[in-house]
Amino acid sequence: MIHFDNVVLRYAGSQEPAVQGVTLEALAGRLTAVVGPNGSGKSTLVRTLLGRLAPESGRVTLDGRPISDLTRRQVATTLAVVSQREEPAFPLRARDFIALGRYPHGSAFSAPSAADREAVASAIARADLEALAERSTDELSGGEWQRVRIARALAQGGRALVLDEPTTFLDVGHEMSVFELLDSLARAGQCILLVSHQLNLVARFADQMVLLHRGLVAATGRPADVMRGDVLERVYEWPLVVTRDPAVGAPVLVPLRGRGTP
Amino acid sequence: MSVPRRLWWLLGLALLAVATLGLAVGAVPLTPSEVWRALSGVGDPAAIAIVTDLRLPRVVLGIVVGAGLAASGTALQMTLRNPLAEPYLLGVSGGAAVGAVLAVVLGVTAPGVVPLAAFGGAMLAVMLVLLVARAAGGRADSRVLLMAGVVVGAFCTAAIMVALGTAPEGTVRGALWWMMGSLGDAQWSSVRWIACYVVAGIACLVWWGRDLDVLALGEDAAASLGIDVERVTRRVYLGASLLAAATVAGAGLIGFVGLIVPAIARALGTRSSRETVLASALAGGILVVAADLVARTVLRPTELPLGAVTALVGVPFFLWRLRAGVAR
Repeated sequence: MIHFDNVVLRYAGSQEPAVQGVTLEALAGRLTAVVGPNGSGKSTLVRTLLGRLAPESGRVTLDGRPISDLTRRQVATTLAVVSQREEPAFPLRARDFIALGRYPHGSAFSAPSAADREAVASAIARADLEALAERSTDELSGGEWQRVRIARALAQGGRALVLDEPTTFLDVGHEMSVFELLDSLARAGQCILLVSHQLNLVARFADQMVLLHRGLVAATGRPADVMRGDVLERVYEWPLVVTRDPAVGAPVLVPLRGRGTP
Repeated sequence: MSVPRRLWWLLGLALLAVATLGLAVGAVPLTPSEVWRALSGVGDPAAIAIVTDLRLPRVVLGIVVGAGLAASGTALQMTLRNPLAEPYLLGVSGGAAVGAVLAVVLGVTAPGVVPLAAFGGAMLAVMLVLLVARAAGGRADSRVLLMAGVVVGAFCTAAIMVALGTAPEGTVRGALWWMMGSLGDAQWSSVRWIACYVVAGIACLVWWGRDLDVLALGEDAAASLGIDVERVTRRVYLGASLLAAATVAGAGLIGFVGLIVPAIARALGTRSSRETVLASALAGGILVVAADLVARTVLRPTELPLGAVTALVGVPFFLWRLRAGVAR
């Protein structure tokens, strides 16, 4: 439902485009992951979905309609973005913070409708946040905070969810809980577009992977097609091997020490 | 998103009490019951004149100025996501001061000219901030706006120094007095229009409450929720600045109200921007009327500059909040 068709993106004032002709699609009911080294253009794609950077050429479409033809509100009710960083300047109750996800559905003075309340309650339930809903946002741990942000995106009620490195700074347990949540959302029919550095976890959870390198797609396909030692070594410019995890059977990247020694 | 009804009662009663005190205290002391009788137009004609013509405009101006500054500070802090943002820091007050000081120094002191000059100066400063921000960042980025405000404020301070440095002897004191803020010039003719202006401004900020809540989340989050971040930031900044400019035109420069009152409101438990704007407006009115009471009574018959009193109250409070924030 999200399509990038040969998209070129350039930041104002920079000579080289950050994204130089990327084609990818994220479908409903699928977890699509965009991976790649720092500066390969991953977050730039997200900025475009936020409406903060217009393509220089190519098309970005949402359900077949160019995103530039849609109003901001139309985009916001279809697609929610959990961006890389977010520090609320002033603390809110987690429930109120999540309820702000209903912003695109209301007008200046409308009281929360039954649909609003239901969406918030369902988002809290899906993100497993019942116990934390009355907490203040400045009392949450890193992992809880990320789940609360995802819940706000769920409350937004769109069919697509875009996340930019949602598990950075999270420990293994919280990281897994986020990936499990995304997986269950995808199984329930959501379109999930995930930008991540966690290649090994992505390889276990994603239905589709897109590997970016210097603003271009270096490889795309199912995890087994993208997780190839020669490709990753070239893209990440570091000696590595890809093996199979003996416990779960997924491809695993193992970076080697500097001179190619284990 | 609700705070206990108790808080609204508390703020309302405190405002009523402090306003009654403001009407009662003065060269001719009155009892609260005399004040209430005078307000309803019965009793001693002299008391009626003192209350309705002399003290009431001053108290009303205090409420209006405090409410306007505090509501403006709340909106700016939420929009720019910075608890230090306030009209003072963002060039609005500086611009107003330049306008007023120029009028005083040039000797154009016909009734109503100084407030108008202050308002004009503030408007110019706000436009300048938006232009600088546009030139620097190309868009209404909150950090760029903040920095542009500080730069324009510094420029205004320099301009005031130049104006005062070259001013004739007698005018400097008048200009300085204005810069330190005072409710002493309150007259119904001016209080009336400032009140209308402030009420309209606060109504706008309340109307934009949901936008403020979303802007306070940050630019990316706000964009994801479908808001046009740059346009709405600019709109709120302009609205809040005009609100502050009107208060400066009415009472000169009164610092710290826009900074500390929103913090007080949040400390009282308000969370959503609508609650915080309204609670700030009430608390701001209380603070300014109380500070004015202090300013005109402690060294009677000499009157202290109101801006100095609010700063003297504000600094310790701010340090206390800072400590509380760091301790957590």
